[in-house]
Amino acid sequence: MGILSKKDAALILDPLADNNPITIQVLGICSALAITAELEASIVMAVSVLFVMGMGNVVISLMRNIIPSKIRIIVQLVVVATLVIVVDQVLKAFAYELSKTLSVFVGLIITNCIIMGRFEAFALANGPKRSFLDGIGNAAGYGFILVVIGFFRELLGSGTLLGIKVLGDPIEKTGLYAFGYENNGFMLLSPMALIVVGIIIWVQRSRNPALIEEN
Amino acid sequence: MAINIDKNTYTIAFAAVMVVIVGALLAFLASALSAKISENERLEKQQNILYAMGVNENEGSGSVSFIGTDKVAEAFNTYIKDQLVLEGDKVTSNDAAYLIDLKKEESNAKAGKTRRLPVFVGEKDNKEFYIIPMRGKGLWDAIWGFVAVDKNMIVQGVYFDHKGETPGLGANIKQRYFMDDFIGESILNNGNYVGISVAKGNNDPANELKTDNEVDALAGATITGDGVSAMIKQSISLYKPFLQTIASN
Repeated sequence: MGILSKKDAALILDPLADNNPITIQVLGICSALAITAELEASIVMAVSVLFVMGMGNVVISLMRNIIPSKIRIIVQLVVVATLVIVVDQVLKAFAYELSKTLSVFVGLIITNCIIMGRFEAFALANGPKRSFLDGIGNAAGYGFILVVIGFFRELLGSGTLLGIKVLGDPIEKTGLYAFGYENNGFMLLSPMALIVVGIIIWVQRSRNPALIEEN
Repeated sequence: MAINIDKNTYTIAFAAVMVVIVGALLAFLASALSAKISENERLEKQQNILYAMGVNENEGSGSVSFIGTDKVAEAFNTYIKDQLVLEGDKVTSNDAAYLIDLKKEESNAKAGKTRRLPVFVGEKDNKEFYIIPMRGKGLWDAIWGFVAVDKNMIVQGVYFDHKGETPGLGANIKQRYFMDDFIGESILNNGNYVGISVAKGNNDPANELKTDNEVDALAGATITGDGVSAMIKQSISLYKPFLQTIASN
């Protein structure tokens, strides 16, 4: 590998598959349930988390030697909250439409346990470059699962993808709906997101038995 | 240089410095951007009001498309003939009525002061529209919007927005397929100002019946839908005296 050593590349690639924050570490589930009813929202959330986590990990990593351990969690919270507010304000001023789509995510980003988890577990002990890669990798692993869940929930729940009617029109009875197909409204509710996560975990573990914990 | 970072004095000093830096950064950012942000909000309000009376760039049955921000100020002057403020029985004309903060007026009303109620009179293709702002509660946070009626109290258009409803569920109140269902509905029922409710009965999913004071609800968004019903009902009752004078003319 040219730019990245094997160890650095693993920081990005591991969380995408065998150390995925959602399916293996089971973190960040709350936001995965809340916002995945639509593919677009999933993508927006994935990009926001990617930004906040990449930046946050770098900031925490740069400060790792001066943060008093007694208040480190508070410091981490302040860093995330500041980053999110800065992004929110800048978007409001220069990309107002986008900021309106994002506003609902602001609170959810701050409380995302993956972000705090990576600060605590990685950025506090590693240099800025490796922390940045770790942040990007974990956010990508999180975002990937989010997009997969969003894809299935929107497709099966509303018959659309990114708002485009891909299966035909349910009221006019065109496309698939002409053959008696119905949208599954259940897919729009949060419990179905959990079931989709469960199916992903099942598929992943049956493909790689090393992931199955022993009792 | 070895500083003991586990000492209490260091911890307190660190926290204090951090708060000052972060506070200064955010305060600077907020004041630097506030003019730009409030300008954006002002244009958005004009866009929303015009959207409700049908001045928009919607195509077919696609997504919501406002009139562009570069044209909105001019269009607002063209289409909005008058902006009225209702205070008790008094009706005054005020060009800045669209900037009235409904939330503040609501708390003024609670504190026992007179409430200022803005209403916008629009004209398009020789037809008059009365556009009423609304504000209510969704599932998570505030919802608001505008409803445009003609003098027969038939809805000509609505616009809804929300602060934090669930994407894919309650957030869909600002989608065309929900908002367009309101067009043509009457807010009157046997002469009573009942508004329009978001009904789960599914008696009329294609929304062909325009006299039932009902539109079809969004699946999975019961509380947001109830919030929309309550918001319309409450706003209509606030503006009832004004609407009655229009209807009787």
